Amino acid sequence: MDSARFFAASRVLIVAGKGGVGKSTMSATLARTAARAGMSTLLVRLTPGGPISRLFAAPELTGLEQTLHAGGGPSGDADVRGRLVTPDEALAEYLADHGLARITRRLMSTGAIDVVTTAAPGIRDLLVLGRVKAFEASRTADLIVLDAPAAGHAVAFLQSPTGLRGAVGAGPIATQADDVLEMLADPERCRVMLVTLAEETPVNEVIETAFALEDEIGVALGPVIVNGLVPVPEGLTDDFDAHVAASTAKISAAEIANLRDAAAFRLQWAARQNEQVARLSQSLPLAQLHTPYVFTTEPGPAELETLSNALSIGIDTLSEDDA
Amino acid sequence: MTSLATLLEQQTVIVCVGAGGVGKTTTAAALALEASRRGRRVCVVTIDPARRLSDAMGFDPDRAIGNEPQQIDVAVKGELWAVMLDTSTTFDGLIRTYAPNEEQAQNILTNDFFRNIADSMSGAHEYMAMEKLYELHNDERFDLVVVDTPPTSNAIDFLEAPDRITQFLDHRLYKILVTPNGGLARVVNFAAQGFLRTVARVVSASVVDDAIEFFAAFDGMEEGFRGRAVAVHDLLIAEDTAFVLVTVPRNDTVDDAAAFIETLAEADIAVDAIVVNRVHPSFGSDRLDGLDDGALAPFSTVLHDSQAVAAGQDTVLATLTNELPAGAVVKIPFLDTDVHDLDGLASLAQWLTPNGTP
Repeated sequence: MDSARFFAASRVLIVAGKGGVGKSTMSATLARTAARAGMSTLLVRLTPGGPISRLFAAPELTGLEQTLHAGGGPSGDADVRGRLVTPDEALAEYLADHGLARITRRLMSTGAIDVVTTAAPGIRDLLVLGRVKAFEASRTADLIVLDAPAAGHAVAFLQSPTGLRGAVGAGPIATQADDVLEMLADPERCRVMLVTLAEETPVNEVIETAFALEDEIGVALGPVIVNGLVPVPEGLTDDFDAHVAASTAKISAAEIANLRDAAAFRLQWAARQNEQVARLSQSLPLAQLHTPYVFTTEPGPAELETLSNALSIGIDTLSEDDA
Repeated sequence: MTSLATLLEQQTVIVCVGAGGVGKTTTAAALALEASRRGRRVCVVTIDPARRLSDAMGFDPDRAIGNEPQQIDVAVKGELWAVMLDTSTTFDGLIRTYAPNEEQAQNILTNDFFRNIADSMSGAHEYMAMEKLYELHNDERFDLVVVDTPPTSNAIDFLEAPDRITQFLDHRLYKILVTPNGGLARVVNFAAQGFLRTVARVVSASVVDDAIEFFAAFDGMEEGFRGRAVAVHDLLIAEDTAFVLVTVPRNDTVDDAAAFIETLAEADIAVDAIVVNRVHPSFGSDRLDGLDDGALAPFSTVLHDSQAVAAGQDTVLATLTNELPAGAVVKIPFLDTDVHDLDGLASLAQWLTPNGTP
């Protein structure tokens, strides 16, 4: 299936995964890939920091929308824009929208906000989702990519409207919760994409999270992104000595040892990852998209392109049912 | 400033800090195991909804570690115990400790507003982790308590949360809402009524009633809570408490770690050791002149990739580790530490203290 159709399938992608698996990097990659397919994309993050600004070689995200990647030109690229939506800001904005602007400052300064958020736990999460829903409704971009909280919290985060719906009775919060629930339940408006590494614990957690999201929230799940897969170059096999014998290069014994060790490490690494990928395929009936390990400790725009290329190729090979 | 091994032998508290997903939970468990091998009676505390510690210790998933210390069946010179922090139960215990009588404790424990605080108030996990640490530190069964901290965006949440929540419980808002002589809460002044109506509009009236009921029931217990928060804070800044920062060699994570160290320093806490997980091994020089002859080209590519990462790691880590003595920085190669049982934990422990168990 081509990327344009894949990204047009729902207007919001919520990207979730355990800490350290590259969730924010994949959020950036999804946004970049959608923009390459001609869809203007808004990337939303909930906390400051993280890798996104470096991947786009852009300033840190703030509460003001900024352009991360300018589209246009012969390539047919669309824009990627990005912004922060912090829970506190979402709450303040919500209160202002409901005619409470005058007292918001007082609520904040007396610490009464803490009382409100404790009285109605999940209200911050709900209001963040409410903001995302508002972006979706206003069609500010063709696609919204939300870099969600880490895996364990992702379930609680998406459960917030259900939880609050029961607690608060009628009123503006209940309406907000209903609107968000409607969005979460509609696969044409919203899907969750889970990210994992091909390692034991992340695979366990992604399986757990996928079932929890499906059972407890009923949100549609897109393909799982398996990130950090180490490439095995063609010709890299364990019959190293035969390669050395065939080589005309003059290399020292020490260099041969280095080559041998590096290759053995790579092959072992890839083999372990393959086992985990197979286990994931068996335990979780979702299609997979694979992205490569990038050989740098300082990922930037070049790595973002590499990852985006890999994701595009993966999407191309998805069948209609997979997506 | 000393080596990690010395910390394991001498300190009474080790706090593992760092961003989410860097292997903090597993590192904490391995440190605890190694200290127990060195003859100490150790308890490790984890705060983990995903039960990673239980995984790492090779526990039967049906036999989860509980909120009370459970001894791990492992042959060591000392003892190894583990606790899976249950925020809610720990908070209940604290209420029982400070409530003047069982009736008042029950009033609080059954109040919906309190249940929200204990189950999901932001900072409650951090607060209770430190509370549990304090309890175990004062438990004569243990010489050393190793605590894993919740992954947070704010470095010193665990340090500030006790104060923040104590202040919240002692809320001045409450003082203006109810009559000074306690008893049943009565809203006294007009401004307060306006405020309550506003809050009720945002949430709902019954939720506001719960909150008022809670503050009324909590009245008089603030002193005890405040005293406890001070004691916990003192424990964290004590000489016998060590902080171990866990990170991975990638620029954004290292930046977070550097900010972490700075914030801790502002609170007069020094990081005593750094554990760098997921370190890509180095395979010597990648000077490979004349290797483009085909037969060895893929091997040359792989070596080159590896060396690029290895060199990059040293650069990203330099600013972080330069401040510490060599023995206090430990690098763990990642393929050797795919930990999912006690044996895996034991080999990780060997990496943490490379000079071997005395």
